[in-house]
Amino acid sequence: MIPSKAIRWLLAVLALACVIMLPSPASAAPAGEWGFRGLLRDGGKQPVSGAVVEIRDGDQVVGTDTTDEKGRWGVIPVSGPGTYTLTIDTTAAGGHFAGDEYEVEKELVDSPTTLPVLNVVVSTTESSQQVASFTDRLAQRAVSGFNLGLLIAIAAIGLSLVFGTSRFTNFAHGESVTFGGLMGFVFAHVAGLPLLVAAALATILGGVFGWAQDVTLWRPLRRKGVSLITLMIASIGISMAIRSLMQFFFGNASRGMTEESWGTVTIGPVVMPATSYASMGISILVLTAVGLWLKYGRIGTATRAIANNAALAATSGVGVDKVTRIVWVLAGALAALSGVLLGVFNQVSFDMGFNLLLLMFAGVILGGLGTSFGTLAGSIIVGVCTEVLVLWIPADMKYVGGLAVLVIVLLVRPQGIFGRRERIG
Amino acid sequence: MDIIWNSLRELITPTTAAYALAAIGLNVHFGFTGLLNFGQAGFVAIGAYGFAISVMTFGFSTPLAIAVTLVLAAGYALLLGIPTLRLRADYLAIVTIAAAEIIRFALNSSAFARWTGGANGLYNEYSGWLKDSNPYPEGVLTLGPWTFGSNDLWIATVDWIVVLLTAGAIYLLVGSPWGRVLKGIREDEHAMLSLGKNVNLYKLQALVIGGVIGAAAGILYVQPTSVQPFDFGTRMTFNMYTMLILGGAATVFGPILGSMIFWVVMRFTDELVNIGVEHGLFENVTQGSQLRFFLVGVALVLLVVFRPQGILGNRTELSFDAR
Repeated sequence: MIPSKAIRWLLAVLALACVIMLPSPASAAPAGEWGFRGLLRDGGKQPVSGAVVEIRDGDQVVGTDTTDEKGRWGVIPVSGPGTYTLTIDTTAAGGHFAGDEYEVEKELVDSPTTLPVLNVVVSTTESSQQVASFTDRLAQRAVSGFNLGLLIAIAAIGLSLVFGTSRFTNFAHGESVTFGGLMGFVFAHVAGLPLLVAAALATILGGVFGWAQDVTLWRPLRRKGVSLITLMIASIGISMAIRSLMQFFFGNASRGMTEESWGTVTIGPVVMPATSYASMGISILVLTAVGLWLKYGRIGTATRAIANNAALAATSGVGVDKVTRIVWVLAGALAALSGVLLGVFNQVSFDMGFNLLLLMFAGVILGGLGTSFGTLAGSIIVGVCTEVLVLWIPADMKYVGGLAVLVIVLLVRPQGIFGRRERIG
Repeated sequence: MDIIWNSLRELITPTTAAYALAAIGLNVHFGFTGLLNFGQAGFVAIGAYGFAISVMTFGFSTPLAIAVTLVLAAGYALLLGIPTLRLRADYLAIVTIAAAEIIRFALNSSAFARWTGGANGLYNEYSGWLKDSNPYPEGVLTLGPWTFGSNDLWIATVDWIVVLLTAGAIYLLVGSPWGRVLKGIREDEHAMLSLGKNVNLYKLQALVIGGVIGAAAGILYVQPTSVQPFDFGTRMTFNMYTMLILGGAATVFGPILGSMIFWVVMRFTDELVNIGVEHGLFENVTQGSQLRFFLVGVALVLLVVFRPQGILGNRTELSFDAR
């Protein structure tokens, strides 16, 4: 029985209703001092001193303070729970971030486990720049989202090429992204090389990393003839092992990729670091090159042939094993490049790749499994959704938007936008 | 010698029991039906938070809170299963892992902190029903070579009773005609279709049952401690896969045995890490712990490749490793 569409929808709506039924309980405010105190740091986790912190409730200023040499400011009392806007003006502060003004929204909630005085740690790299109107913020977010979407696309192309040639979903692909991010960090931050050189080196090493994975793991398993499910579970095990190893060496902290600053570029209302535009340029170049290679290159066409029918490709004289190895190298290199760019876009952490992997899945499924163009389009939509949704949902729920897209698409159109029906059964 | 006794104590701790129960649920999905659920941690989180919030925010009585929680978990299983079960196996894996992460991000977020406590989680103000019914004498109790707090021992007792009852129910279910259809679906879906079985409906039932067991495990998991959103990450699910394949997927006692061995080994390596920290091998305990999880990952790969039937399983009966 395939339930009829109406019943399926009804069940889906019911299940959704189960999940989102959150009645609002009566809140009882405990008597206490409400307020904010905190710490201001820059992208390199260094304290920022001499910045003016101002707290507003709507348009009304409730209090101000200045950060001391440890980047701390004392308790600024407010009247009670609610959402407040913290404006941080670094004009008078020392630092390499050219006197920007930042705005963060923080909420004081009344719950049994949160203190009435909220400790806020603000990083000058995370806070959204203060911009005037909603449309301006939307434009800013959309450009960021486009940037993120391109990063997702670069990594996701590798994922779908591996899927096409090796026939399984590689859950360890995110770790190749993290590998690239960490290598970029090592070259740019630790060794102090220029960002572009670091990115190139990390990409090459990423290719080596992909090759190493294929030679040590996936090729022996292919030869052994294990099943799809075994491969997937093995890839999850590998993912867990590599992620734990990265955490062992790198720790839990997120760190800025580089001290290098290329200044900012202002186009209309959108103020972006120049590195973001460089990143978009690199992404578009790489995606175009991969697209052309798939369409016209000898190995590229062989890759597509294997994805369509491996047995037929093999009998037509395509060296399946050789092509698959090349695809692993390419996927590793693309993932690593994506990791470097993501590290510049956000920060470097041991789980950056895993979080990106989930967005890659969303992009691939939204576009439709097995279509390169679909992967590109889907990734960009997911990236833009992820960034734009931050206008309405708290930043710590950022990834939920992208993942929610995935679940909704599967409910409505499982083959994705450009996917063909027969690929999914 | 102390290290070994301390490690063996994990055989009967509440955590081991809760993990065993969650792995039993995962076994219904993966072992018996062949469904690749990569997000069992999501069901466990629904169990833990559903129960804690029902009791603490809404003041439900314990039976009602348990009922509400299990119904929520069933609803969540339907939400995941209905769109994906008719697709290829990878889709369910992708959607379950994504949904589990959505749940974790949402619980960790400050947006719902009024109910969930955000990143701080929830203090334990919900396990009074267990403490009040504790028949054991107060104070520290000795059981063989180990000592337990009175409440801990009572919670462990209740947990293991639940685990054994569930295992018994699974044993009966698997032997029933319904259970044989599940195994048939795992081995050859098309054969079952040609016999006129409604494969998708069976898969959905298996997903709901395993998920509800996972949520029950979540309720047990947070009784002795507080609720921490950090616990319900992807690592939890893959620890369960490791236990399940270690003990033997598609066997009734495999997940229980797997959980016991897993936690004894984890406790043992934990003690080793502590010794390592004392001797300056690691900066701190957390750093050493990462190495343990590295080994768990490696163990999972080795198991699934070289001994997919685990300890108790039968290789000819279980064919997820066959072509």
